[in-house]
Amino acid sequence: MSAALVPEAAWIAVCTVDRLWIDRGAAALVEGEQVAIFRLADEILAVGHRDPFTGSNVMARGLVGSRGDVPTVASPLHKQVFDLRTGQCLDDPEVTLGRWDVRVVDDVVWLRRGDA
Amino acid sequence: MERKRLIVVGAGMVARRLVEALVERGATAQWDVDVFGEESRPPYDRVALTSFFTVADPDELLLGDQALWRAPGVRLHRNARVTGIDREARTVTVHGKQEHYDELVLATGSYASVPPVDGADLPGCFVYRTVDDVTELRTWVRDRGQQLGHPARGVVIGGGLLGLEAAGALRELGAECTVVEFADRLMPVQLDLAGGQALRRLIEGLGVEVRTSTATTSVRTGRGTKKVGRMTFADGETIPADVVVFATGVRPRDELAREAGLEVHPRGGVMADEACRTSDEHIWAIGEVACIADRVWGLVGPGYTMAEVVADRMLGGAAAFTGADLSTKLKLMGVDVASFGDAFAAKGGSLEVVYADPLAGVYKKLVMSDDASTLLGGMLVGDASAYTSLRPMVDNELGSDPAAWLMPDGVEPPSTGALPDTATVCSCNNVSAGTIRCAISGGECTDLAGVKSCTKAGTSCGSCVPLVKQIVNAELESQGITVSNALCEHFDVSRSELYEIVAVTGIGSFSELIEKHGRGSGCDICRPVAASILSSLGRGHVLDRENARLQDTNDHVMANMQKDGTYSVVPRIAGGEVTPEGLIVIGQVAAEFGLYTKITGGQRIDLFGARIEQLPAIWKRLVDAGFESGHAYGKSLRTVKSCVGQTWCRYGVQDSVGLAVDLENRYRGLRSPHKIKLGVSGCARECAEARGKDVGVIATDHGWNMYVGGNGGFTPRHAQLFAEDLTTEELVRAIDRFLLYYVRTADRLQRTAPWIESIEGGIEHVRDVVLNDSLGLGEELDAQMAAHVENYADEWAQTLADPEKLAQFGSFVNAPDTPDPDLAYVEERGQRRPAGPVVIAGTELSVRTKEVSA
Ligand code: SRM
Ligand SMILES: Cc1cc2nc3c(=O)[nH]c(=O)nc-3n(C[C@H](O)[C@H](O)[C@H](O)COP(=O)(O)OP(=O)(O)OC[C@H]3O[C@@H](n4cnc5c(N)ncnc54)[C@H](O)[C@@H]3O)c2cc1C
Ligand code: SF4
Ligand code: FES
Repeated sequence: MSAALVPEAAWIAVCTVDRLWIDRGAAALVEGEQVAIFRLADEILAVGHRDPFTGSNVMARGLVGSRGDVPTVASPLHKQVFDLRTGQCLDDPEVTLGRWDVRVVDDVVWLRRGDA
Repeated sequence: MERKRLIVVGAGMVARRLVEALVERGATAQWDVDVFGEESRPPYDRVALTSFFTVADPDELLLGDQALWRAPGVRLHRNARVTGIDREARTVTVHGKQEHYDELVLATGSYASVPPVDGADLPGCFVYRTVDDVTELRTWVRDRGQQLGHPARGVVIGGGLLGLEAAGALRELGAECTVVEFADRLMPVQLDLAGGQALRRLIEGLGVEVRTSTATTSVRTGRGTKKVGRMTFADGETIPADVVVFATGVRPRDELAREAGLEVHPRGGVMADEACRTSDEHIWAIGEVACIADRVWGLVGPGYTMAEVVADRMLGGAAAFTGADLSTKLKLMGVDVASFGDAFAAKGGSLEVVYADPLAGVYKKLVMSDDASTLLGGMLVGDASAYTSLRPMVDNELGSDPAAWLMPDGVEPPSTGALPDTATVCSCNNVSAGTIRCAISGGECTDLAGVKSCTKAGTSCGSCVPLVKQIVNAELESQGITVSNALCEHFDVSRSELYEIVAVTGIGSFSELIEKHGRGSGCDICRPVAASILSSLGRGHVLDRENARLQDTNDHVMANMQKDGTYSVVPRIAGGEVTPEGLIVIGQVAAEFGLYTKITGGQRIDLFGARIEQLPAIWKRLVDAGFESGHAYGKSLRTVKSCVGQTWCRYGVQDSVGLAVDLENRYRGLRSPHKIKLGVSGCARECAEARGKDVGVIATDHGWNMYVGGNGGFTPRHAQLFAEDLTTEELVRAIDRFLLYYVRTADRLQRTAPWIESIEGGIEHVRDVVLNDSLGLGEELDAQMAAHVENYADEWAQTLADPEKLAQFGSFVNAPDTPDPDLAYVEERGQRRPAGPVVIAGTELSVRTKEVSA
């Protein structure tokens, strides 16, 4: 990876866009952390891969959908639904997946730990 | 206030209703209610006794919520026969002990009466009143048939309602059957001569022999046995009989009352007034034992009314029993018979309108007022579909030409709006149209289930349910409430409607479907449903990239996700048949990949703990050895369970394993609203538990019997007999059509049993569609199944050949072969399982284990 492609120090390149299928998640290992990346029709979003209800790393394998205008993913284990933009669980306000910033530069997907 | 004690003698249907009414009205605040019943079971549904021939478990007949018997102040004493009443001391005797009462209710029902015929007490003679009677009868017919080496020959004495039910039951048990009736026709109490004759033709058509105007003189032993073997009629003729059922009527069990000196009717029955009070002011009589207004009321409906009256009286009310509707509608061996209102035109001055079609076996009669405007009563044989609409109209103006009601395609039943509020809709529970409308408009209930539980309408014989449902829906609509069956927030239609949309429009993708017929981008409910429908209709393969986003992870990676995020692997083992070589390969694969191995409940082997990135390699090994996907993950065919059958078993009469393998290979991969399971047993011993499956097949000497609508799980159901003695070809076609009709019309996640129940017309309707092609769908369904069989390909073999799809199995996009670092295992009983405590009943049990690496 050439240094010129790295926009900021904290960003990490993960894969090319075409490795991601629309509306289907993929997991990534980013400095020891597991991230779930979702490519929607017109944006790419990333949240934590660990399902907070079971402690298992499965979120990228959940079904993508929407609730009202909110893009969502449902845990494949017990079906709790999360907001893909914030990581917030929509069925339980106490629980969140955490979120990651996503950037696409020249078809490469970059991730950076989000603050929310 | 000091508590008083109410004792109820008899724990039958009516006693139960009394207790329920007392509890509902809060009477147990003042009363201790003790119910003494001689039978070993809590009150059960005697009216449905005949179904016990097919349900096997008597508990399925228990009435209502069993919590009633744990309500404060209520006690049910089973196996407790009351043997005497001391009116002076106000006690009853039970097990030799005296029990004090303040008020006493007799609800002892009736005996089945046996005529004074010689030999009526021989082994092999039965009556038909209790669960125990039926259990004994059932055992006798089966054992006797086996001893004799041919089906037992049964004779039912009595051609009334009970006799015909008993005859149907004998047929169900596989016995031959003759019905002997003393009167000149069947069901003389409900039907006139023409009606009785029509019924006779229908019953004979079902293989039951009928003899009317025949008196039985004796029952005798067979040669060389002490068991029933023959019987003789007044004309001297003798016929063989291996089992005899007496259904010659019932006699009130008024013996306790007689001995206690209460007034008893000369023809039987404890005399009681409108309040149901007997000649002793502290003793009441209800149900079949009571004689009110000079007659006993041999149906459960009037008994329930009496129970309500007494409950009211116990609280100081003034309710009265002023007679009851004796209308009846029955389905006897699949033949409809109904009689309602003044069916015999007893009131005089009336007109009778009759329609008869001897060929079709239909006889219908309406009794009208002399100006032909008001309906007084009627009888229907062969086709009683008009009953639910007509009975509530009794004593009301019919509003259209009476003859039109009797024609085969009769008049459209009038909208229920025409039904006056006073019309009785449910005669068993005496519920009027007005009561049902009020329950809805008063906001008490919002659907049929609610109305049933708060008004009790439709909870006994069930014949009024269609009408109750119509009234409920009409009332809901008039309030502007629409009954929603929307799939989810993205589609306003139900699953079956969506299926029709896809079928008719030819839409081939989810995006097109949601764009044209839905909104938003879908969710975990509508996406898999759409994927399943597209696949059932042969549009878009489950593995296509477009469809991938519709699939649950299980369908997506073709394995079942386990709690730690790993998967289980289930190769297909059709019919449970596997070669030693196959077993060895499975064992080797499991050992190599460190998979936990277990035999499933579906006669195959499950390998647990496979990481997502290992799935292709595991399947490569399995596919190379000739295995294919077992679809344990799909809403699709799971397994066809078999027993070993004729090939090895000394009792088997057909090749059950062969059929199971063929069926499994035929339906494998068929996507459906819920999982589908089949079973095939090689004889009636049923070792494959086929009747616990969506489709069960049981071998007979002549072919196969087909059962439908069974399942295990949370609400277990026994499959019901669908068709008998089919050839293999007929069977396969019937299953093809049954499954596809289910796939087409069932709701999301609805197994076959609830689907059959939810469908208008129930199993009869499904039978009509499948066996008689009543909707003209046959060819289409056959072609659809042929295409399914033709196009089937193993999903795993296809996946292994597709690099793009294989790339989806990496654990991480940026590190596809790195195992999830958080997985941890311990060893237990020689195999790996996820680390973490074993929880037993809420307490943690520490298990001595050995750490192993992931
Ligand atoms: C593996 C197995 C248990 C075992 O170790 O034996 C099993 C495992 C599961 N069963 Fe089962 N069932 C298994 C045989 C059964 C049986 C027995 C049978 O098929 O004869 C039944 C009762 C028969 C029936 O289905 O009517 C059964 C009734 C259920 C039900 C209740 C279905 C219902 O209609 O009420 C569920 C829940 C559901 O599907 O919604 C269920 C759901 C499940 C799920 C899918 C639960 C889940 O979501 O994780 C389990 C998946 C495990 C996996 O990853 O493979 N399983 N399950 C059996 C796999 C059989 C096979 O070879 O495919
Ligand atoms: C096969 C069959 C089909 C029927 N079909 C219909 C139908 O379609 N429609 C309809 O309306 N009716 C039908 N009936 C009639 C209906 O079952 C009865 O009207 C109803 O059960 C009467 O209720 P009951 O509580 O008065 O009596 P039961 O239900 O007979 O209960 C009386 C109970 O009291 C117990 N008992 C008696 N004496 C004593 C004692 N001394 N001590 C303790 N316990 C005692 C008995 O063992 C019994 O359990 C049918 C009956 C049968 C048998
Ligand atoms: S019974 Fe429950 S725990 Fe056991 S396999 Fe079936 S779903 Fe899982
Ligand atoms: S008429 Fe029997 S339940 Fe309503």
